[in-house]
Order: sequence, then structure tokens, then C-alpha cells
Amino acid sequence: METQFTTEFWRNGPTPGGLYQFPGQGNNQKVSQYGPAKHTLNLSRLMKVNDSTIIGAGGDYADYQFLKSLIEQRVIEEECLNDGFNYTPNSLYSWLTRVMYNRRSNFNPLWNVFVVGGLQNGEPFLGYIDKIGIAYQAPTIATGYGAYIAQPLLREAYEKNPNMSLTDAERHIDRCLKILYYRDARSLNKYEVAIVTKDGSIVKGPISSNPNWEVAKMIKGYE
Amino acid sequence: MGADTRATEDTIVADKNCSKIHYIAPNIYCCGAGTAADTEMTTNMISSQIELHRLNTGRTPRVCTANRLLKQFLFRYHGYISAALVLGGVDTTGSYLYSIHPHGSTDKLPYVTMGSGSLAAMAVFEDGFKAEMEKEEAMKLVRDAIAAGIFNDLGSGSNVDLCIITKDKVEYLRPYDEANLKGVRQGNYRYKKGTTAVLKKEVVKSMFEVVKTQVKTTKPESMDTT
Repeated sequence: METQFTTEFWRNGPTPGGLYQFPGQGNNQKVSQYGPAKHTLNLSRLMKVNDSTIIGAGGDYADYQFLKSLIEQRVIEEECLNDGFNYTPNSLYSWLTRVMYNRRSNFNPLWNVFVVGGLQNGEPFLGYIDKIGIAYQAPTIATGYGAYIAQPLLREAYEKNPNMSLTDAERHIDRCLKILYYRDARSLNKYEVAIVTKDGSIVKGPISSNPNWEVAKMIKGYE
Repeated sequence: MGADTRATEDTIVADKNCSKIHYIAPNIYCCGAGTAADTEMTTNMISSQIELHRLNTGRTPRVCTANRLLKQFLFRYHGYISAALVLGGVDTTGSYLYSIHPHGSTDKLPYVTMGSGSLAAMAVFEDGFKAEMEKEEAMKLVRDAIAAGIFNDLGSGSNVDLCIITKDKVEYLRPYDEANLKGVRQGNYRYKKGTTAVLKKEVVKSMFEVVKTQVKTTKPESMDTT
């Protein structure tokens, strides 16, 4: 029997925004694309796994939905075991890396990019996983256009103040997503933020940033 | 206007400190991204045309003229001349900033970026640009934008060069910020004198033979103006 391998995908989540390290935040824009057209304008690409872990996804939405239900089912099984152990960001990150790499090795990838975040033993955790199984951890992570536009801003903010407060982190994320809205042609001014603190995790949204169009007055003609 | 100073040949740094801000006229400068030869030759050519035009008109060259010449030249080559330029200057009409793409399209904007580090630099501009900034503020913003490219983009690196053009003068600050200085070696690794024992010393005079003696006058001859 011939197996079909994934060659491309159509239903698309746009390039997710950046994820932040302290206290552990994630964010994603709420639009899904069908080619260049905006298909759905109210899509959530952030998932709360449990009170210490969150996942953000980019790429094929169907593959994300598949993994989402898989993870939800596993979390329920963990809860049923009731042994005091739950998924930690690190354990989920390791598992997800293996899944992604394994699928890639069989030429049938899950066409996604994931950002895993949360608190691991009280310490902030942030990891990135690719469709080809590339995985790394860093204080700031950004995928898609975010890697080019938001990452420089996030890195600078983090280097200036590695122990910033939650409000500062949210402010930086908002700044980055505002600029991504300016500069990414396939974006919307609507996003969600996932925050993990020692008291638990929540997904805040939908949030709209306040774009500044004052510069429009200065532009007339092209030469 | 600002630029980094890295020139690459694929993944190798060919020049760690090249100059990307090119002279067009005393009041007009042009930053070039893309193929180094294309940016250099194109800006030189237009600079020469502008100079001849200036002599012909007797007026300070206008930035829009340089813009027209550049775009009409690049369009003729349909993008094969890979020069992505940021043209800026001040003339009697005011101050202008243009971005010129290899295919010949131009944009007249308050802030522009080009090159591989353009997204990183543009993020900084979008975050920090305000209308009517002070000179110091603007210099810092441009420096920060180039720095974002230098540290986050592999195609950019080394130093930050700045060029500030005002009505009265031009400040060509190269380098403005040396952000990537080579580490200074902490120790002296030379072997100290005496490490190798000297057993014997002999001084020998070299015997030179006089081959020829010639006397010549050093007065310069008069120029042949025939």
C-alpha cells in the first residue's frame, strides 16, 4: 500500500509572535489563512496544558488540532493516575521533540512550529520545536516573521533587564505584536497571551494593540 | 543615515570594515545594500552624472534628481543590477529620504531600511520613531537600528557608520560605534630573552664592493607644454 507523505499544507496559522521568558508568556495572533486570504479571524493557537505548562503553535492548523486533542487526552490520563505527577514544561517539550523528529524521519511531518513555555521547578522554561525536530531553549523565542522583527526587540529588552516584572513583559509583547501588525502583511491586530506564574496559568485574550498611524501624515507620493 | 560594515561572500566575511555610505554629492549620500560592486558602481556613476549636471546648472544638486537617475538606471536593467539603496540628502527644497529597490521602485518615507538586517532595523524604527526628533535622539535611534541588524542578522556585523546631513554641513562618522572590537590578548606570549642560552657571539662586517659611481643633477626638467 502506498503511503502519502505530507508535501505541503493549506490551512495556515500565521507566523506566531514571540514568547517571553519571565514569568513565562506566550502569544499568538488570531487569524488563520487559506493561502493569502484570511480564513478565520478568531482562532486560538495557544493551549493551556496544565497549571505549569502552555503551548503555542504555528503552521498547519489541522496538525495542531490533532496534537492538541492528543495532549488533552494524555493530560486526562495523567489526572486519572492521580499520583501527584503532572506534565512539566520540560517533559512535554522532550516528548514533543521526539514526536516531531520521529514524524520527520518517516517523511510524514507534522507541519508545525511549537513554542513550549512554563515553570519548571519554579524556574521559567521556554522551548522551540520545529517540524523537522529542531529543538532549543532560550530566554526569548520567536517564530516566523517574529524571528526577524520581534526577536531583536525581545533580546534587547531581556538583556537590559533579565528580571523584569509581568507588566513589563506584557508591555514588551504588546510592543512586538504591534510592530508585527505593522510589518507582517498576513497579520491582524488581535492576539492572545498565555501567562504562567507560580499561581497557575491563564490564556488572556483577545487583545488588540494600539497602532500609531501619525506617520501617515508625512507620506505623500513616492519620489 | 547609518550602515553596518560587513561585506560577505556567501558565508564568509570578505571585509570586516567596508564603507557602505557612498558619496553622491556634497549634500547627498547613499547607503547601498545588495551586490557590493553594483552599489559601488551605480552610486559612482550617478555621482558623476550629478556633478556634471551641477556644473551645467550652477545649482546645488537636488535629492530627487539623484533618485530619478538611480531609478531610471536600475529599471532599465530590470533588477539584474542588485542594488538596494537608501538615498538621503538636503537641498534648497528641504530634506529627503528615499529607498530604491533593485527593480527601480522608489519610496519617499520618514524612515527606511534595506538589506538582510532590514527587518531587525525596521523593528527598532517602528518602535522608536517620532516626528520632529532631536539630532541626538535620531542618532541614537539609527545607531540602535543598525546594532539590531549587527547582533541579530548574520549578514550584518562589525561597526556602525553614521552620516548626518544638515542644511549647513555633513558629518560622516566612520566609525560611529565600534561594537565588535577584537579581544585584546591578556598575556605576553613571547619567550623572554635568555630562554635560549647564548654560547658565542661574533660580529662580522659585510664587505660591499663599489660597482659604479654616478653623479646626477636633481633639478626637475621643465614641463613639455607642446
